[in-house]
Amino acid sequence: MIYLQLFFSFFQVGLFSIGGGYAALPQIQSQVITARGWLTLSEFADVVTMSQMTPGPIAINAATFVGMKVAGFSGAVVSTVGCVLPSIIIVMILAYFYTKYNDLKGVQGMLNGLRPAVVAMIASASLVVLLLALFDGTLPQSVAEVSLISILLLVVCFLLLRIFKPNPIFVILGAGTAGVGWYFVDKLLTLT
Amino acid sequence: MISIKRTRDLYLKLFLSTFSISAFTFGGGYVIIPLMRKKYVEKLKWIEEKEMLNFVAIAQSAPGPIAVNASVLVGYKIAGVLGALVTAFGTVLPPLLVMSAVFLLYASFRDNPVVNAAMLGMRVGVAAVLIDVVITMTKGIVKEKNILSLIIMIVAFIAVYFFNVHIFVILAVSAALGVFATLYKSKQKGGAVK
Repeated sequence: MIYLQLFFSFFQVGLFSIGGGYAALPQIQSQVITARGWLTLSEFADVVTMSQMTPGPIAINAATFVGMKVAGFSGAVVSTVGCVLPSIIIVMILAYFYTKYNDLKGVQGMLNGLRPAVVAMIASASLVVLLLALFDGTLPQSVAEVSLISILLLVVCFLLLRIFKPNPIFVILGAGTAGVGWYFVDKLLTLT
Repeated sequence: MISIKRTRDLYLKLFLSTFSISAFTFGGGYVIIPLMRKKYVEKLKWIEEKEMLNFVAIAQSAPGPIAVNASVLVGYKIAGVLGALVTAFGTVLPPLLVMSAVFLLYASFRDNPVVNAAMLGMRVGVAAVLIDVVITMTKGIVKEKNILSLIIMIVAFIAVYFFNVHIFVILAVSAALGVFATLYKSKQKGGAVK
């Protein structure tokens, strides 16, 4: 039953994405793409892109998107509920103990070990998105396949982010505008 | 200790405040924390400054999106379990509605060449954002100057990226290592005191 599958897949995404935000990327990748095949890699990159420009956490955005794609709006609701349910339960338990004992030390040690692993997993998922953005997912076989424009755009975006630390939305929108601009320039060039 | 009467008005206020905060948190994650602080600490004075910091720590340590975790904590603190459910609902509703609409747009426009060109460009932008995030996070881990953290990070990356090791295995092993390291350290400290 599709609703149950959606619910449990996103329940796991919610349960295992520790560290917020981008930590959900590797979970979505393993649950939704590898295990279920609900998204293609290129749709995954699009979901990440859109989630940067819509309100809310990536995990919920992805849950809604995949739910809509697989089973319409009710699918979106089921996936989203599945995604946030572990949070609600676990945070309420933590809040209960916190108000009772006012101590978080027990969690701290576990977190110390988890943090580097979470960084590694985010790095891995980011590498997938990077390869997809530059070469459509696989390493290029020859130099001719490498799009210099994409690499140039990547370097410019990256430098802007590092130097001026703007809101990432503006950089992403700027990159989109550059993409459209290049599309028209490219068309003009092939016409003449 | 602040005590607030649990009326229908309070739940409505909780819902509307989390709904509006969530509707304007683009990109998710940490952006929501300063917004919540402004609303609940400065404006409504429902939560004290120090408590908010603890909430952030709990929200980060618990699984799931930080935005949802933080709003559950606020709701639970102010109006118990029902309050937590109300704030969770308020936080989830804006992205659910917006993303559903975006999906419909995406489904009907993705074959348009101009939209496609924009998406390809934005993908590159997102890749740049992710590289930036990963560099900042890696720097944070390296700065800790903890060899175990570095080893966990490197081994976990190789395991996930090259060997497709299941994420759950990696989380469990690294959490266990973290707990053992902390126990070992506190034991050593205890011994030194004697």
